[in-house]
Amino acid sequence: MTASKPVPIIQVEHLSKIYNAGTPGEVRALDDVTFDIHGGEFMAIMGPSGSGKSTLMNMIGCLDTPTAGRYLCDGVDVATLDAEQRAQLRLSKIGFVFQGFHLLPRMSALENVMLPLVYAGVPRGERAALAEQALAAVGLGERGRHRPSELSGGQQQRVAIARALINSPPILLADEPTGALDSRTGEEILALFKRLRDDGHTVILITHDAHVAEHADRTIHIRDGRLFDPASEVTR
Amino acid sequence: MKTTDTLGMALFALRGNWLRSILTALGVIIGIAAVIVMVSVGQGTQAELDRIMSTLGSNRLEVFPGGGRGGGVRMAAGSLPSLTTGDMEALRQEIPEIQYITANVRGGGQVVYAEKNWSSSWQGVTEDFFVINDWQLSQGEFFQPRDYSTAAKVVIIGETVRRELFGDGEAVGATVRIAQVPLTVVGVLASKGQTGWGGDADDVVMLPLDTARRRLMGAGSAAPASGTGRPAVMMPTDRVNGITIAVARAEDLGYVEEEATRLLRQRHRIQPGAEDDFAVRNISQMVATRTQTTRLMSLLLGAVATISLVVGGIGIMNIMLVSVTERIKEIGLRMAIGGGPSTVRAQFLAEAMIISLGGGLIGILIGVAGALAVGGFTDLPIALNQNVILLATAFAVATGLFFGYYPASKAARLDPIEALRQ
Repeated sequence: MTASKPVPIIQVEHLSKIYNAGTPGEVRALDDVTFDIHGGEFMAIMGPSGSGKSTLMNMIGCLDTPTAGRYLCDGVDVATLDAEQRAQLRLSKIGFVFQGFHLLPRMSALENVMLPLVYAGVPRGERAALAEQALAAVGLGERGRHRPSELSGGQQQRVAIARALINSPPILLADEPTGALDSRTGEEILALFKRLRDDGHTVILITHDAHVAEHADRTIHIRDGRLFDPASEVTR
Repeated sequence: MKTTDTLGMALFALRGNWLRSILTALGVIIGIAAVIVMVSVGQGTQAELDRIMSTLGSNRLEVFPGGGRGGGVRMAAGSLPSLTTGDMEALRQEIPEIQYITANVRGGGQVVYAEKNWSSSWQGVTEDFFVINDWQLSQGEFFQPRDYSTAAKVVIIGETVRRELFGDGEAVGATVRIAQVPLTVVGVLASKGQTGWGGDADDVVMLPLDTARRRLMGAGSAAPASGTGRPAVMMPTDRVNGITIAVARAEDLGYVEEEATRLLRQRHRIQPGAEDDFAVRNISQMVATRTQTTRLMSLLLGAVATISLVVGGIGIMNIMLVSVTERIKEIGLRMAIGGGPSTVRAQFLAEAMIISLGGGLIGILIGVAGALAVGGFTDLPIALNQNVILLATAFAVATGLFFGYYPASKAARLDPIEALRQ
């Protein structure tokens, strides 16, 4: 479906994020970064901690706005949006998967998955069925009634992925999704991402782990706020 | 996002810490209960005041004969027969602000009809009396001008007297006797119910002033009486027991009071510095003084209510601020999955509103019970109506909105990146 689209779903052009600009404490978290991601790609953004990958993720996730440059999310220039409109964009375009799962502990798995539907204004009666479908899609059809505390780490991350998928956003943005999991469970989650890629989702994986990044179709490397090609060790 | 979802989320969050939610609501509960009791007592008092005013009239002055000195012994007010019909006429002519003026003499005795009799008090009155006191007739008619000038043997009776003497029979046209004097009933007064002080306003008999003075006075029943038998002081023929003045405009009351005092002192030849031999009383002031205590209590409850609501509101704000800090991760997540600042603000505002409105509703129940208890155990008049409830609800809503807005805005302004990092 979106794989054949000629226009990239993510367009990052000369993006910079500078904190404390003009002071001695100036930090260039992102420095003139440019790349595209096309619909249906499974792509990894790799870098050590402090490399600026989290800032980049926040930027792609429409949680943050750039100091300079342009970011088009599915054709929309995020810099022109206010907080309210960015929330709307996240709701419709981006599903987040976090390292720490970020499930609400007092809600059942099913209720956690339903949460974005509440913000999307989906009628109450339709939510449970949609959430059950999403849970089934991540292989957790039976576990909907359980609280997060009653689930294993892998299961919790599947609930979080189901939540990210529930609104059918084109982009799935995963921040160290296997960081809190053992390697075997991590592999399962990565396999799930590949399957979602095969179903037409765009999956963006942020990680510091080369073994994790290997699963992606393409990897871009970031260090000190700049992209670089590790093969040539030449900064782009 | 739908309102029902916002409320559902808020309720869910409050249920998670229900004890804290209830404790937070306590200030509002007490405040609203106090508002209810205060307003119902205040309104009850006001209604009572209005009722008394409407039976007495709010723009009138009463002139009583004064207590004078007799050989060094101070005598009670009214014991000096110092007022006369001449005084009344002078007041009417000299002070144009006076709209109505009437003088009266009073007495009491048996009213006899056929084999029945009834002990009542009678008043001899002049024409304006019925207007000033807002008496209406249920049967018959008022005295004619001739009745006043000729001291006609006519009488108008109150509803209680009519009931006791005539029952279901016809009263108008019948002849009753007071102190052996036959009098023809020409009218029956429409019922007024209780007097301002709880007496029976309908247990009265009215006669023209001269009829009372010439035909009944000195017959052993005229006031002032020293207790039994004959009058202590024989009333000269033009003496009256009191004069009632009504002014057209209530704001003239003070001026008329001064003028009447000045005029009466002059007429009674009272030397400067000497005591009045009469007293001018402003009835509305007397009633107002009587209700001061109730108003003070009302005011005190109002202070309690205000303080409780403010303290309760600060409690809500405090707990909501704690809640925002505690749930910063949840807020960050909600923002990441598509909750905008406005929906986050709405959720936290809804939580504050549920606490204050819920507390308000509990407070209303307690307040209504409290007001009924106050009404039951004291003689304070209580007025409970839907306005009191609406006012209390409005206070609760205002408290929730005012004190919930800042924490909710703080939550809405959170940076999702910072919030998620916690």
